[in-house]
Amino acid sequence: MTTETTAAPRKRKPRNFALLSNWAGAAFLTPAGILVSVFVIVPFFWVIFVSFTNRTLLGRTALNPEFVGLGNYLTLFDPATFFQRGQFGFSLILTTQFVLASALLGQALLGLLLAWLIQTVPPWVKRITETFVIAAWILPEVVIGFAWFAFLDRDQGTLNMILEGVGLPPGDFLLQQPFWVIVAFNTWRGAAFSMMLFSSAFSSIPPSYFQAADVAGASSWQKFRDIGLPLIHGHIVTDLILITMWTFNTFTPFLLTNGGPSYRTELVSIYNYRVAFQDFQFGKGAAVGVIMMLINLAFALIYLSIGRKKKVR
Amino acid sequence: MSNRWRAVALGVAGAAATAIPAFAVDLDVTCRCVIGGVNSGTAEWIENSVIPAFEAAHPDVDVRLNQFGGEDAQLTQQLALDFSTGAGPDVSAFDGFLIPSFVEGGLLKPLNAVAGEAVDSWTGWAALSEGSRALMAYQGDYYGIPLGTDVRMLYTRKDILSEAGIDAENWQPASWDDILAAARAIKQVKPDSFPIQLNAGVAMGEATTMQGYWLALLGTGEGVTDESGKFIVASQGILDTLNLYKTIYVDEQLGEQRAQLLADGRNRSFANFRDGVTALLFEGDYFYRSVTPEGSEFAVPDRDAVLGWAKIPAKAPGAGIRGQDFVTISGGTGFVINPATDAPAEAWAFLSFMNEPEQLAAFQAIQPRITARTDVEIPNNPFLTETSQALLPLTTARPNDPNYNAVSAEIQRMTEAVVSGELSPEDAMAQYGSAVIAIVGEENTVSLL
Repeated sequence: MTTETTAAPRKRKPRNFALLSNWAGAAFLTPAGILVSVFVIVPFFWVIFVSFTNRTLLGRTALNPEFVGLGNYLTLFDPATFFQRGQFGFSLILTTQFVLASALLGQALLGLLLAWLIQTVPPWVKRITETFVIAAWILPEVVIGFAWFAFLDRDQGTLNMILEGVGLPPGDFLLQQPFWVIVAFNTWRGAAFSMMLFSSAFSSIPPSYFQAADVAGASSWQKFRDIGLPLIHGHIVTDLILITMWTFNTFTPFLLTNGGPSYRTELVSIYNYRVAFQDFQFGKGAAVGVIMMLINLAFALIYLSIGRKKKVR
Repeated sequence: MSNRWRAVALGVAGAAATAIPAFAVDLDVTCRCVIGGVNSGTAEWIENSVIPAFEAAHPDVDVRLNQFGGEDAQLTQQLALDFSTGAGPDVSAFDGFLIPSFVEGGLLKPLNAVAGEAVDSWTGWAALSEGSRALMAYQGDYYGIPLGTDVRMLYTRKDILSEAGIDAENWQPASWDDILAAARAIKQVKPDSFPIQLNAGVAMGEATTMQGYWLALLGTGEGVTDESGKFIVASQGILDTLNLYKTIYVDEQLGEQRAQLLADGRNRSFANFRDGVTALLFEGDYFYRSVTPEGSEFAVPDRDAVLGWAKIPAKAPGAGIRGQDFVTISGGTGFVINPATDAPAEAWAFLSFMNEPEQLAAFQAIQPRITARTDVEIPNNPFLTETSQALLPLTTARPNDPNYNAVSAEIQRMTEAVVSGELSPEDAMAQYGSAVIAIVGEENTVSLL
C-alpha cells in the first residue's frame, strides 16, 4: 500500500524532444502567425476601434470620422428607443425568443425525439430518416431559402396547395406569421445536428440496460426517462450551448424575409447587416458587432468551463 | 527536355499568352438593366448600338456590359462597397440623388479630375441645359453625364374608371378627396380590386420615396426639407401624408397592402395595373416608356385605348408646394466614371461617345424619353411630349444633400410602419424624427408642430 501511494501522483516533467530547433520552429510558424494576425487579430481590434467612431461609408463622416467614445453604445442602449421596432433592443429580444423557440425547443426537442425513435426502427427507415434530416442541414443556404420561399408563397406555394387540398384555409405565412416561419425554418434546418449528437449518445448506452428494463416491463417512455435521458445528460448540455450560439448568429432567415415585414424578423445578425451594409453606418455596425462578440464569448466560456468540468470528473 | 525546363517553358508561354491581350484595354460598364428584363431598352441600346460602334472606332478597347438584374438599392450597395475598395466597373449607370453622399464619402471624383482636360473640352456640355447638367452635379462639379429626366403623374385605367361610372377621358382630380372618391367608387363595383397604388415600404426602396411619399407630401405644401435646407422631422404635412397612406392601405383597403410589404412588391404593383386590379397608379413617365410597352412583362393590353393619365392634385386646390394646385417631382439618371478606373481616358471616351447625338438618337429609336440634350430630337411621341409639357413647369427636385439618401431610407421605414398597421401615423412620425436627428444632428432639423 505504501509503495503505491508514493508512486501514484508523480509530476510528469515535460520532455523536450523537439524535431526542430526553437528558431526553426518559430520560422515555420511565422507564415501562419502572419495570416492569423492579418485576418483575425487586426480586424478584431479594428472593429473595436471603429465602434468608437461615427464612421460611415457615404456622406461626410466617411472621410472625416470623429471619435465619439461610447456614443454608439449609448445610442444602442438608449432607453428611449431601445424597445422600438427596428432598434437594437427589439432585435435582441426577438433573437432571444428565436433562440428559445427554434433552438432550445425546436431543434433540441425534435433532434432528441428523432434520435430516440430511430434507435428502434428497422435500419433502412433509420437510414432514410437520417438522409432527409441531414440533407436539410448540408444543402446550400441559398437553395434552401429559395425552396422555402416557394413552399410558403401565398399564391403558388406548395403549402397552401396542400392546405386547400385537405380543405383548410390557405395562409399568408410570410406576411402574417413571419416569426413562426423563421422558427419553423430554423428548427427544420438545424435539427440534424442534435439528432446526430443524441443518436450517437444513445447508441453508446449498453443495450443490456434496456434489455433489463424490458424484462422488468418498462414502457418506452420509462426507458427514455429513466435510462436514456440521464445517461446522455452531458451531451444535452453541449448540444444546447452549441445550437444556442449558432442560432444566435444565424443569418439565413434573411433569405426568407429580409428581416421584415416591418422588422418582425430582424434578428441581431440581420440588424447588424442592415446598419453596417444597408445604412452604411460602419461605426454603429461595429458597435453591434462588438456586443455580439461579447455575447458569443460568454457562450464560449460557459461551454469551455462545462467541458473542463467533465474532464475533471 | 527535363521536367524543370518544361515547366519554365510552359510558364513563359503562359505569361506570354496573358500578356498579349494586355495591349488592349478592357472597360466594364454596369447598369441596372437586363435585355428582356428590367430597363431592357437601356441594355439593348448599350449592347447592340453603343458598344459595337465604340469598339469599331476604338479597336484597342474591349467593352463589356454587366447587366445587373437586382434592385436599385442593391446596385447602390454594390457600387458603394466597390468604389470604397477601388474595385467595380469603369463606367456605371447612376441615380443623380446619390451623388452628394458618394462625393462626400470620397467615392466619386469630378469627371475632369478623373479623366483630365478631355472632359472640359467636350463639345457635348454646350448641348446640355443648365438644369439637366445639375442632375449629375454637386457643388459646381460634374460627376457624370445626365441621360435624361422624368416626371411623375397619376396613371389611370380608363376601362375601369368607366365601369365605375366615371368620365374616364376627362377625369382630372382636383384634390385627394377626388382620388379617394374615385377609388371608393371602383371598389364598390369591383370589391376584390385594389384601386390605388401609392408606393410605400422598405422593399421598394427609393421608389417609395419618389413615387409615393413625395407626391403626397408636396401636395400638403411641404418638402422633406424646409427652405433653409433643414430636415422637417414633425409637421402637419407629414401627418396628413401618413394618414392618406393609412386611409388607402389600412382603413379602407383601397390599395394592396401586401404589395407594399413583399420583396417583389414593385413588380406586383405593375402586375396589378396590367391585370386591372389597380386603376390609379402613381408612377414616373418611364412607367409608360419602359414598363408597359408592347412585349414587356407588364405590358398593358390595348394600351393606347386603356391607359390614361392625370396631374397629381394637391391635398386641396392651392395647398401644394409653392401654392400649386398640382404637384410632381423629377429625378435624373446618367452614367458616372469610377474614380479608381485603370483606364480613365478610355472610360471618358466611352462615356462621352454614348452621349453624342448619334448614339442618343439610336436610344430614342429603341425607347423614346425626355432627353437631357437640347440637340437630340424629342421623339415623336405624343404621350411623352404632352406629359412633359404639362408637368415639367410644375416640377420639384430632391434636396441636393449628402444625408438625403439615409433620410430617404427612414421615410421608407416610416411609411412601412403605417401601411403594415404596426404604428399610428403619430408614432411613426416620432420614430422618423428621432432617426433623422440621429442622422443629420438636431441642429439640422426643424419641427413645424
